[in-house]
This record gives sequence, structure tokens and C-alpha cells, in this order.
Amino acid sequence: MKNIDLTLHVWRQENPKDTGRFDQIEAKGISTHASFLEMLDVVNDRLLAQGKRPIAFDHDCREGICGSCGVMINGEAHGPVRGTTACQLHMREFDTRGIKELWIEPWRAKAFPVIQDLVVDRSAFDRIIQAGGYISVKTGQAPDANAVPVRKDDADQAFQAATCIGCGACVASCPNGSAALFVGAKITHLGLLPQGQTERASRVLNMVTKMDDESFGACTSHGECEATCPKGIKLDVIARMNGDYRRSVAAGG
Amino acid sequence: MAHIHPLPKLLGSTVALKAAMAVSGLLLVGFLVGHMVGNLQVFGLFGGREAMNAYGAFLHSKPILLWVARIGLLVMIAIHIGSAMALIQRNQAARPIGYHMKKPIASTYASRTMRWSGPIITAYILYHLAHFTVAGVGIPGYPLMDAQSRVDIYQHVVNSFQSPLVSLIYIVAMSLLSMHLWHGLWSLFQSLGLSNARWNVLKRPMATGLTVFIIAGFMAVPLGVLFGIVK
Repeated sequence: MKNIDLTLHVWRQENPKDTGRFDQIEAKGISTHASFLEMLDVVNDRLLAQGKRPIAFDHDCREGICGSCGVMINGEAHGPVRGTTACQLHMREFDTRGIKELWIEPWRAKAFPVIQDLVVDRSAFDRIIQAGGYISVKTGQAPDANAVPVRKDDADQAFQAATCIGCGACVASCPNGSAALFVGAKITHLGLLPQGQTERASRVLNMVTKMDDESFGACTSHGECEATCPKGIKLDVIARMNGDYRRSVAAGG
Repeated sequence: MAHIHPLPKLLGSTVALKAAMAVSGLLLVGFLVGHMVGNLQVFGLFGGREAMNAYGAFLHSKPILLWVARIGLLVMIAIHIGSAMALIQRNQAARPIGYHMKKPIASTYASRTMRWSGPIITAYILYHLAHFTVAGVGIPGYPLMDAQSRVDIYQHVVNSFQSPLVSLIYIVAMSLLSMHLWHGLWSLFQSLGLSNARWNVLKRPMATGLTVFIIAGFMAVPLGVLFGIVK
């Protein structure tokens, strides 16, 4: 175990209307075993002891599955380690990379307004899901396992797409602020399964329309989203969304 | 379930505009391949002066087809640029406040400069039309005629590219076009929703191969003139 000293430049913004600024904070004696969020916890304890307002940041499960904790760290969504959420990022990763200065910024997108400091409002994602990211099923007894056959390849691909946690790193890292990877993941997840076929055509039209209405940008195939996705969602899901959209419009919208 | 979205809205979505860019871009690439292959006739191996001038005379002997093709190209360019402008506006609006620090991880120089290579190539096309097609800008005595009183396209090409400046402009434009094509030829599969686990690995090599084929063909002409192979 080892302790390191870091200089943080943290985005501080009192409320959505505030213009905001970077605060320089010295974070000394941080354990390399601490996670990135634990480092912020330590810094916040010290700020509180000094009578200052702690840094607001979003977090929940701290085990990489809830999608709450994303921030930009030195220009990379969720920091420098691929396939990793900010809560699963450990301070040793900065030590081994020789990084002593961290610029910590909130996700930047018109659709993700800053609430305070590093906390953004990602409810635009919820509204996209409400527009079509669901299947309508009759409730009742659970169906028998394997009563509805699903091809192994389809099941695997659907499951891979379903690992999307909606953290917003794709939007944050996209030069166009596009939500195509998120929406594509949902379209792929539901569209590959038999239960998702009934609403497949309307789903893509409704979700893409909502995505545009929420002021997300367009996909221009930079691939930044795929690179920074902590769940390894692939660009293919965007092609699938685009293909479903094309077929759906051609079928009469 | 009924859809409540009117067709104009569906056709104006980011996804639809990207599909429009892909289709128009692909048709323009088709034109580029034809144009490039036609250009290669300046080389003696493919017929030289006789083939080039006969080819030009042949195209001009079919004015209706020529104008259908020209108008088709203009429509494709208009769709391509119009969609691009609409998308750029939306993409910029999607991030009103930028990052202090942003590291590109997967994007390429080509992908990040599409919105700059595009307008520069457009400006080049205008110059190119003024140069060879409309007014012979920079070609003394334009239009020159050959022995059979056909437009001496071959001589226009030779006289033009003997100027290092004209060749340089051409080569720089083709370099930018190569980046634009390389990203576009890959991205269009995404935009059109053409994804297949077996074929996806071939997309990048295909984009690279076709780009090299097209750009090498175009660049061969000024280089051929500069190095005295075409004279």
C-alpha cells in the first residue's frame, strides 16, 4: 500500500443556473487502494472539516452496475481504464500512469444539464426508455423456461446489449453528444428477442424521435462511445438501430 | 400500435439524415470511380491523347445523358451538403458547453475533420470545374483543339499539371478527399444499418482499399505529367 498526493481541478457549480468554475483542491495522502469515489469521499470529509461545501457527485452501487457515477477524468469518460466505471477505478491506476493532476468534469451535453458540481440530470435517458424501451406482456405466471426458443447467438448478443447501465459515458465522450450507442443497445437488446418483435417497428421510430427531441446529436461513427463504454457495448448496435429505423420507415412509418 | 410521427419528421431525423448522407456519398463515390478510370486514359497504356479526346467527344455527343448525370450529381451533392449542415448544427447544439480536457480515444484525424475536408473539397470542385469544364482557368488558349478538331483534353491536362502549383493544389485536394473517403466508406455501413458479424471485419480494409484505389488513380495523372510520363 502506498499513499499519493494529487492536485484536483474539480468543476464546481452551485446550481443549474450558475456558470460554474474549476476549483483547485490538493488531495494529499490518498491510498492507492482507494477507488476514485473513495478518494472523493476523503476529500469531501476534509472539505467538511474545513467548513466548506463537499463536492457533489452521483453514486449508488459502487460496484459498476448502476450507472450513476460517471464523470470525465482528464478528458476520458470514467477515467483512463477501459471497461471500467469511475467507482471501480482505483487510484493505483493514476499512480502507475504517473498522473498527479486530475481534471474532473461533469458529462457535457445539452440533454444532461448539470444539477450541481459533477451531478448531471440524465432523465432524458428515462424519457427515451419510456418512448419505447420496453415490451408489453400479459402478466401472470412466469412462462416455462425454454418455452420460447431463442437462438444462442441472438441470446448472447441481446444479453451483451442488455448490459448497458445507462451511465451516459457514450453521450459524454461522443464529439457530437449523440446517444446512439445507448439507444442502439436498447433496440438491439429487445429487437433480438422474440418478446420484442411485436413493438420492434414502432419502438425504433419512437425512441429515435425521442432521442432527437431530447437534443442529442447524430452518430458520425467516431467510435468514442464504444471505446469508453464501461460495459463494452459495440458500435454494431448503432448499425442495428439504423437498419431497424430504415426498414420501419420504408414499411410506412 | 399506431405511429404518431409524421413522415417529414421521420425523414428529418438524425438517423434518416445520416442515411441520406450515406446514399448520396456512395453514389458520389461511384462517380469518382468512373471519373478516375476515365482520367487514366491520358496514359499511353490506356490510349493516351486519342482515347482521352475521343472519350470527351463521346460524352459531349450525348447531351441529354450528360445533363442527366450532371443534374444527378448536383442533387447528390446538395443532399450530402444539406444533410451535413443540418447535422453539424444539431451536433454543435448537443454540447453547448465543451470540456476543459477531452482526449480522443477511438476517433481518427479523418473522422474529426470530415466537416473541414468536406467544405475544402467543395471549394476544390468549384475550382476544378472552372479549370477544366467551364472556363479553362489557368489554361492559355482554352479550349485547345486537336487535329480532328475535338477539344484537346489531353493537352489541357498536360499544360495544367506542368505547373507545380496546379499539381500541388490537385494533390492536396486528393489527400483531403482520401481522408474523407476513408472515414465515409466505413461509416456509411453504420449509417445504413448494414452490420454482419461475418463481414464487419472487412469494412475497414475495404474502405482503405477502395480509397487507395481511387486516390492513387487520381494522383497518377498530375504525377505522370510532373515526371514526364505524360507529355
